[in-house]
Amino acid sequence: MTSRRRALTLVAVLAALAAVPLAAAAVDEPFYLDLFGRIMIFAIAAVSLDIILGYGGMVSLGHAAYVGIGAYAVAIPALHGVHSAWLQWPLAMALAGLAALVIGAVSLRTSGVYFIMITLAFAQMLYYVGISIEPWGGDDGMRLAQRSQLGGPLDLGDPHVFYYVVLVILAVLLLAGERVIHARFGTVIRAVKSNEARLQAIGVASFRYKLAAFVLAGAVGGLAGALLANQTEYLTPSFMHWTRSGDIMVMVILGGMGTLGGPVLGAAAYLLLENVLSAWTVHWQVILGPLLVLVVLYARGGLWSLLPGGGRRDG
Amino acid sequence: MLNGLQLGVMLFLVAAGLTLVFGIMNLINLAHGSLYMVGAYFAVAFLGWTGSFAAAVVLALLATLVVGMLVEMIALRTLYERDHLDQVLATFGLILFFNELVAIVWGRAALFATIPPALGGFVELLPGLRYPVYRALIILVGLAVALLLYVVVSRTRLGMLIRAGASNRTMVAALGVNIRLLYTVVFGFGAALAGLGGLMAGPIYTVQPGMGEELLIEVLVVIVIGGIGSIRGALVGAIVVGMVDTLGRTFLKPMLATVVSPAAADTAGPALASMLIYILMAAVLYFRPQGLFPAARS
Repeated sequence: MTSRRRALTLVAVLAALAAVPLAAAAVDEPFYLDLFGRIMIFAIAAVSLDIILGYGGMVSLGHAAYVGIGAYAVAIPALHGVHSAWLQWPLAMALAGLAALVIGAVSLRTSGVYFIMITLAFAQMLYYVGISIEPWGGDDGMRLAQRSQLGGPLDLGDPHVFYYVVLVILAVLLLAGERVIHARFGTVIRAVKSNEARLQAIGVASFRYKLAAFVLAGAVGGLAGALLANQTEYLTPSFMHWTRSGDIMVMVILGGMGTLGGPVLGAAAYLLLENVLSAWTVHWQVILGPLLVLVVLYARGGLWSLLPGGGRRDG
Repeated sequence: MLNGLQLGVMLFLVAAGLTLVFGIMNLINLAHGSLYMVGAYFAVAFLGWTGSFAAAVVLALLATLVVGMLVEMIALRTLYERDHLDQVLATFGLILFFNELVAIVWGRAALFATIPPALGGFVELLPGLRYPVYRALIILVGLAVALLLYVVVSRTRLGMLIRAGASNRTMVAALGVNIRLLYTVVFGFGAALAGLGGLMAGPIYTVQPGMGEELLIEVLVVIVIGGIGSIRGALVGAIVVGMVDTLGRTFLKPMLATVVSPAAADTAGPALASMLIYILMAAVLYFRPQGLFPAARS
C-alpha cells in the first residue's frame, strides 16, 4: 500500500517536471526551463550520492569531484572536435567511476570522520589539479563549443529536447535505483549501514559491496557532470569545489536521505530557495546558512517524509 | 625551507584547535576555517581602529574567543550527541553564514594588513642568510603555543579535566564538573588559536571571504596525517605538510624539467605540487589508517 502511494507520488513529481516546459512557455519565461533543467541534473547527482550516503551510510563529502570529472570528460573531447554524446557520456561515467574506484579503494579502508575528511581531501585535490592545468582552461575553465550530439532527430542544442532528455535519464535512474535497492546488492548495502560487523559475521565480504556502490555512485555523478557541462556550455574547476559537494549533500539531507524521491525534492527545494533568496539579496547565503543549521537541528526526516507515502525510510 | 616551517607552524595553530575540539568533544567543526578568517578580519579592523599592532592582536584574540564561545552555545551545543553527518552539515551552514557576513561587513574585495614597521626588517640567521623578522616571529609564536598547549593539557588541572572529559563525559559531569562550561571554554580556546593563526596570516596572505576554506582543507590533511585528536600529531603533521607543500612548489618543476621537456614540466609541475600533500595523506592512511600518532582513547 505505502509503496504504491510512494510510486504514485514519484510519478506525480515526474509528471510535474514534464509539464514545466509547457508552463514556462505559457508564462513566456524560458528561464524556468533552464532552472528546472538544472534542478533535474542536480537531482541526478543527489540521487547518486544518496546511494552511498543514505542507503550505505558512507558520508562522502567529495561527490562534486565526479561531477567535475564528468564535465571535463565532455569538454576535453569537445576541445578536440569530438562531439558525439555516445562517446562523451559513457566516457564521463567510466572516468568518474574509475576515479571513484581509486578514491574508494583508499578511503573505504577507514571509517567515520577519517572517511569524511579523506573523500573531502581527494575531491579538493582534483579541484587544485583542475586549476593548475592551463591547457584545459586552468582557473577560468573553458567554454563548450557545442553541446553533445545524440544524432538522429534529437538536437540537444534545442532547450526543450535537452530538457526532456534529462528528464528521461532521471526517470530511468529512479526506476533502476528502485530495482537495485531492493535487489540483493541493495539489501547488502543497506545492511552495511545498520550493522557491518554482523554482515561480515554471516560471511558477506562487505568491502567489495561498498566499493561497488561507491563506484556506481561515482559513475552516475559523472553522468550528471556531463549533463551539467552541456547545460551551462562551459565548465570551471569550481564544479569540483568542496562547497559544491556540500551543496549536493545538503540536497540529499533536505529532501530526506535513504529515499529515492527525497534527493529529487531536495535538489528542487535547494535550488528554488537559492533562486528566490538571491533575487531578494546578493547576500543570500547569510540566510541560507542559519536555515541549514535549523534544518539539521530540528527537521530530521527531510521533505520527502512529509509527502503521502513518504515514510521515514524506503527500506 | 624556513617558509615551509612557517607554513607548518601556521597550520599547526589552526590544526591544534580543530583537533582539540574533535578529540575532546567528538565534534567535526568545518567552520573552524571561518574562525581563522574571522580572526584575520578582526585583526585588520582593530589595527585600523587602534593603530597599534599589539592592541589589535590582543583585541582580535579576545573577540575571536567570544565569537567561538557564542557559536558553541547557540549552534553547536546540541550537536555533540548527533552523528558526524549532522555536524558536517550544520557547520557547513555556518561557513556559508560567516563568509557572507564578512562580505557584508567588510566587502568582498581582499584586504591587506600591513606589517608593523618594527617587525618589517630582516634578521641574519646565519652569515648571508637573511630572513624576514615577521615570519621568524610566526615560527617562534607557533612553537611557544605548542609548548604552552603541551604544558596546559598534560600538567594543569584544566588540562586534566579536559582529558577526563574526553574519555568519559558523563562520569566527569557526575563528579560535579560543569562539563558544558568546560566544553564552551575549550571551544573558545580552539577558536582563539584559529584566530591567532588568522591574524598572523593577515599580513602574509590576503584577507578575504573564503580564505578559511582553503586553509581548512590543508588543516584537515594535517590532522588526518597526525591522527585526529592528538596535539603532538597535529604538530608533526603540520610541519611535515608545510615542508612538503613548500618544497614541492619550489623544487618539483625544475626537478621534472630534468626528466621531461620543460614545457611538459610547466604543466605537470604545479598540478603535481598541489597534489603532493594529498598523495602523502593517502600513503600515510594506507599504512597507518589511524594516522601517525593516534590519540590514546582509553
